[in-house]
Amino acid sequence: MGKNLLQKAWEQHTVRELPTGQTQLFIGLHLIHEVTSPQAFEELRVRGLDVRYPSRTFATVDHIVPTHSQERPFVDTLAEEMMVAIETNCREFGVQLFGLDDDRQGIVHVVGPEQGLTQPGMTIACGDSHTSTHGAFGAIAFGIGTSQVRDVLCSQCLAMDPLKVRRIEVTGSLAPGVYAKDVILAIIRELGVKGGTGFAYEYSGEVISSMSMEERMSICNMSIEGGARVGYVNPDETTYEYLRGRPFAPSEEGWEDAVKYWESFASDEDAEFDDEISLDGSALGPNVTWGINPGQSVQVDGRLPTVSELPEGERESASEALEFMEFEQGASIAGTGIDVAFIGSCTNGRISDLREAAKVALGRKVSPGVKALVVPGSRLVSEQAESEGLHEVFMEAGFEWRKAGCSMCLAMNPDKLKGRELSASSSNRNFKGRQGSPLGRTLLMSPVMVAAAAIAGEVVDAREMLGD
Amino acid sequence: MSESRITGAAGRGIPVRGDDIDTDRIIPARFLRCVSFEGLGEHAFEDDRKNFSDGVHSFDREEFQGASILVVNDNFGCGSSREHAPQSLMRWGITGIIGVSFAEIFFGNCVANGVPCLTLDSSQVDEIQGLIEGDPGCLLKLDVENRSVHAGENTYPAGLPDGVQRAFLEGLWDSATLLLEASAAIDEVNARILPIQEQS
Repeated sequence: MGKNLLQKAWEQHTVRELPTGQTQLFIGLHLIHEVTSPQAFEELRVRGLDVRYPSRTFATVDHIVPTHSQERPFVDTLAEEMMVAIETNCREFGVQLFGLDDDRQGIVHVVGPEQGLTQPGMTIACGDSHTSTHGAFGAIAFGIGTSQVRDVLCSQCLAMDPLKVRRIEVTGSLAPGVYAKDVILAIIRELGVKGGTGFAYEYSGEVISSMSMEERMSICNMSIEGGARVGYVNPDETTYEYLRGRPFAPSEEGWEDAVKYWESFASDEDAEFDDEISLDGSALGPNVTWGINPGQSVQVDGRLPTVSELPEGERESASEALEFMEFEQGASIAGTGIDVAFIGSCTNGRISDLREAAKVALGRKVSPGVKALVVPGSRLVSEQAESEGLHEVFMEAGFEWRKAGCSMCLAMNPDKLKGRELSASSSNRNFKGRQGSPLGRTLLMSPVMVAAAAIAGEVVDAREMLGD
Repeated sequence: MSESRITGAAGRGIPVRGDDIDTDRIIPARFLRCVSFEGLGEHAFEDDRKNFSDGVHSFDREEFQGASILVVNDNFGCGSSREHAPQSLMRWGITGIIGVSFAEIFFGNCVANGVPCLTLDSSQVDEIQGLIEGDPGCLLKLDVENRSVHAGENTYPAGLPDGVQRAFLEGLWDSATLLLEASAAIDEVNARILPIQEQS
């Protein structure tokens, strides 16, 4: 019987079985950022421990950095203190930092792949739940808490319980104007926000295999929103082509051996899975969330649910969501007025996202009264976009063109909703208060749909603006 | 460092009702602008408490002050990996949690901090929430060894993964020391996987 990728990568990185029965798993790549690492470094100091393999740990700054002016010291003294902490920690412990003075700075889940750090068959951990992003390369990548960041720093290992694997096949092909974001929102709607607890998701099928790496990253990124700590796609030619020539990818002389090594991790044809489901990708349209978790979404031409028609287990949550959002049950989602439009984040802040959104922005104007932001996921994404003139397209349309960072995805920096503002957002979470105002409201959608909503001043089907 | 074995937790209960309560609600992101976990306790559920539409949030109710066992519903702690979430609950005074289910990263963060999270059926959790709402002085007891919850007159068999149970009972839940024991084996794995090198 064959093995799946998770089983192979797991075996390759197993150090030993722990006395607890858990696996001591070696972590091939550890990514850190300014929010979840300072307490971990402090514990190393208290315990007199070193970073075991500094060459396997990389740091960047993203969550708290302002996207307007990144001049130091930051106005926010707490944020400045965190910056100083990560700079000091990286210097003292010998960890490479892509800081604000480095062209490689950006959102950690954009930077890792961009630099060629993220590779097939690896185990990757980071103190951030969206670490699942890196699974797009056929890596086993997952978010960890700060105590585990400490564990990886000092031992390069984690104590892990086994994971089951659910294979999710997306068949057919996506219609024009339908994107990776729409696919993952449909998957989470189908399987629920806790459907993936205890599972890794293996994404497969024609829709996934024909996707670019950036699209696969958007899918894997939101695995955690479906409860799955890990999501991955088997590596293929698309993966290897993306990696070739990147700064930390293997060099030309080692290339063939590396590809052979990577290929060996792909799930065998006769691999077994703990569960398998299939979804018709051809039937999907643009999706928009209407509630307070990423599973509460509807196609843009659809209607909000009628509570009494929902399964009993979903009614309470739907009622709470409708009340918080101030939406009527059974209403259309299209036509919902918005106050803020946010394009960016580790889900959808890459160059292909900006290119697609710019198609809608080109020659149009942001609706009066809508605050619209475009925040590149990294400095390199920003540079690339500027070399293509995308920043001018956005600015001429009335979008603000910002510097790289997490921005309004999570509001740990100055970019925040105010009061009851309603935001069309290309980010990953529509939780109450997520975008910085405790009463602020979020509609998740693809970057193209956000751009279209910014222009119309309300939720619209972006396909009407995309043309042929 | 933990030599400490954890066999359970006991105290008065405090209910927080609702499914899918995410870590942004447990501790809003603005409180993560810090380099230590100190002081997070007072901000637990801060925005939920301020904007609570159904009377007074249990974290603000007089009768639940001093409680130490949190009783929650399904998929508690979903969302972000922030350890600030269990840290804020612990610093408020929580030493154990009973729920229908927990999001994985949150659960792992609780284990790393020695906070047992035991699972029960939805109807049993409802029953216990009702019990402590009616009688806030009622004592709850989480028994890690026997995997059970005692509430008032009742004992409920509860869920806890084997590895986590052993980690608590044998004092191995603070994993850093344990992981470092296998030093030679760690080096072996490091040698058999690809190194990370910048191309010159």
